[in-house]
Amino acid sequence: MSREGILVSNPYERITDEQVQQIHQASLQILVDPGLICFSKKAAEIFHSHGAEVAAISSSDSPSWHIKIPEKLVMQALDNAPKTVKLGARNPDNALIMKGDEPRVYFISGSETNIWLDVDFPTYVKKSDSSVEIQVPEFHPRRATVADLCQSARVCEHLETLDGYIRTVNIQDEDITEDNKDVNKFFASLNNTTKHFMSGLTKLEQLDNVVRMAELIAGGKEALQENPIISFITCLVKSPLQFVEDTTDTFIEVCQRGLPTAVSSSPQAGTTAPIKEAGIMAQINAEVLAGITLGQLVNKGTPLLYGSVPVRARMDTLGDSYGSVETSQYNIDCVQMARFYKIPNYSTSGVCDTKIPGQQASIERLFSDIVVTLSGPQYLHCAYGLLDCNAVFCLLQAVLDDAHFQMLKFFLKTPRINQQELAETMKQIKEVVATPQKLYIRYIRQVMRSGEISAPYPFEGDGESDSVFALAYQRMNELLARPVEHIAPDTTAKIFQEIPGLLPRLNVYKEGKS
Amino acid sequence: MTEDIISLIRENVIQGRVTQDDEGLDEGMVGRPGVTELIEKALAMGIDVRDIISNGLTEGMNLVGQKFEDKEYYIPDMLASAEAVGAAMELLEPHLARSGIKPKGKILLATVKGDLHDIGKNIVTILLRGAGYTVKDLGNDMEPQSIVNAVRAEKPQFLGLSALLTSTMVNMRDTIQALEESGLRDKVKVVIGGAPVSEEYARSIGADGYGSDGFQAVAVIESLTST
Repeated sequence: MSREGILVSNPYERITDEQVQQIHQASLQILVDPGLICFSKKAAEIFHSHGAEVAAISSSDSPSWHIKIPEKLVMQALDNAPKTVKLGARNPDNALIMKGDEPRVYFISGSETNIWLDVDFPTYVKKSDSSVEIQVPEFHPRRATVADLCQSARVCEHLETLDGYIRTVNIQDEDITEDNKDVNKFFASLNNTTKHFMSGLTKLEQLDNVVRMAELIAGGKEALQENPIISFITCLVKSPLQFVEDTTDTFIEVCQRGLPTAVSSSPQAGTTAPIKEAGIMAQINAEVLAGITLGQLVNKGTPLLYGSVPVRARMDTLGDSYGSVETSQYNIDCVQMARFYKIPNYSTSGVCDTKIPGQQASIERLFSDIVVTLSGPQYLHCAYGLLDCNAVFCLLQAVLDDAHFQMLKFFLKTPRINQQELAETMKQIKEVVATPQKLYIRYIRQVMRSGEISAPYPFEGDGESDSVFALAYQRMNELLARPVEHIAPDTTAKIFQEIPGLLPRLNVYKEGKS
Repeated sequence: MTEDIISLIRENVIQGRVTQDDEGLDEGMVGRPGVTELIEKALAMGIDVRDIISNGLTEGMNLVGQKFEDKEYYIPDMLASAEAVGAAMELLEPHLARSGIKPKGKILLATVKGDLHDIGKNIVTILLRGAGYTVKDLGNDMEPQSIVNAVRAEKPQFLGLSALLTSTMVNMRDTIQALEESGLRDKVKVVIGGAPVSEEYARSIGADGYGSDGFQAVAVIESLTST
């Protein structure tokens, strides 16, 4: 069993087949000339041993190599890369099966923000009439903690449309260090959701610990290969065209273990990539192909996702503008490129530029969510709760996002037009026009109860007041209060016994925890 | 046997099934007798009309109302049940006098001159019939004088006027004036409804009541019936 996601029956295509080919050819040229700069000795050696042209760069302060990847290596890698990737889950029914040529969309959270946004509802009194009081939401940013990560995993477990959990925040408790961050973020997340968990790795030395933790939960090494409950995000190529040492080395190690990995590239049009669409597309595609090629050279057949996080620069700050229309254009182009290679796509939508939930946040995120979803990416991440250009996570916003993904999923249901439906409704039409009232209302009832009629917006208030935030907040607290299926006590005990660095307060079976 | 039939009538009111062809709410209902077939059977068996109305239809509608309150039922369910009761009352009407039951009252409904919108009026028709009133639907785009003629001929206790447009709501006033000019105004209570009108507008044109929606219209007429 696996989650259904939503199958987009006629995916929107922004670029033509000819343009796809043109981008592909341009990317192959880029991989040869100018090629890439590589700061990972291991990667340079792997490329060299497979026939790529590798030359040490003597002028650089840190050891680096200039790599030219020939077309043949790239095309072999594309042949070898799996066209179907399974992301497992603690609850096997929550597994995600992604086929590179099937536009079935899974909606996923994201993406390790430093800031957690709290919300409360203070009461304000009208100056001219003190009998009039209103409650207005106030948002308070603060550094995120491991408790926040647990809370967001709990809520995400219960969000109906959310198919997989990417750690939402960067945990910054006083007792979290570079050495224990990975094990704690993996455990906090896995213990609070039965959905798939994906994350980046802070320190390569912790890879074996998190993989061992996953093995204990999945039921052993082979069980983890069968049901990979964890996967990794690696931004190994920094734009423009540079293999970064630490993430590239991490990527190599993950590929050697055969666990699923998103080969993610995040160029910014205007600063780290050309501002023109053709330019950023040729570059990001080259960067992702370089990563996929390395992964397949490390371990032929290792499962990889075509990871695309292209953005346009904001013209006022030169920061990322996830809310810009071009960002959605680039993402859709990438969806098409990934489908051309038949490799499942890790895509991006839903992040807004504004700092707090509100009208701008709704407009920006809904726009990108709709258009990118319609193009049919397999793994649509960053889709819940992200604000301020991916710097802030707000749980209330994630709950709001779930509501609009329900609308989007309903919209994408297969049209129910066939001979049987037509015959049934033709009968209704004849019956109704013969009645004095000429109303079809009685026929609503069974259809309404069968789920064929979309639900009303869940946060609609009574009367003329806007109660969206208050009702979503209520919903968020309801979800937080719901129990989740934690990792079993005996497995938890083993994890705490074997894996160093776990915070004792994360053990829900210790006295005083629940 | 009597109890069985009454119970089936009640159940079919809850299901909102007028005839055996209606699907109702539960699976597998099509082909089983609906309210009209059951009423005919009950009459043929000589079951007391009072029993049919109070233990079958009224009790059924009370349960439907409860389900609506509990948010188990929605407006389409209420309407379907009201339609079933309305159809039942039509069959029972010739037998009311013999059973000593006084009809609740007669109501004429019309959409006023210049206005072809009739969804609201049709919904109100169903709900009023379901509440036990005798309703005559005069139709749409009704000239004031045609409505006056109908009031004179039918002698209803109530006249319901509907309009959807701000440009046609003024014809409600003309209709009430025509009733006054013909000396019929004090013979009939006028209740108005429709998207552009309000309680205030109803008062300003001399109407007796205003229903903000179909259910409110029934409530207003019920309250005017008891005064």
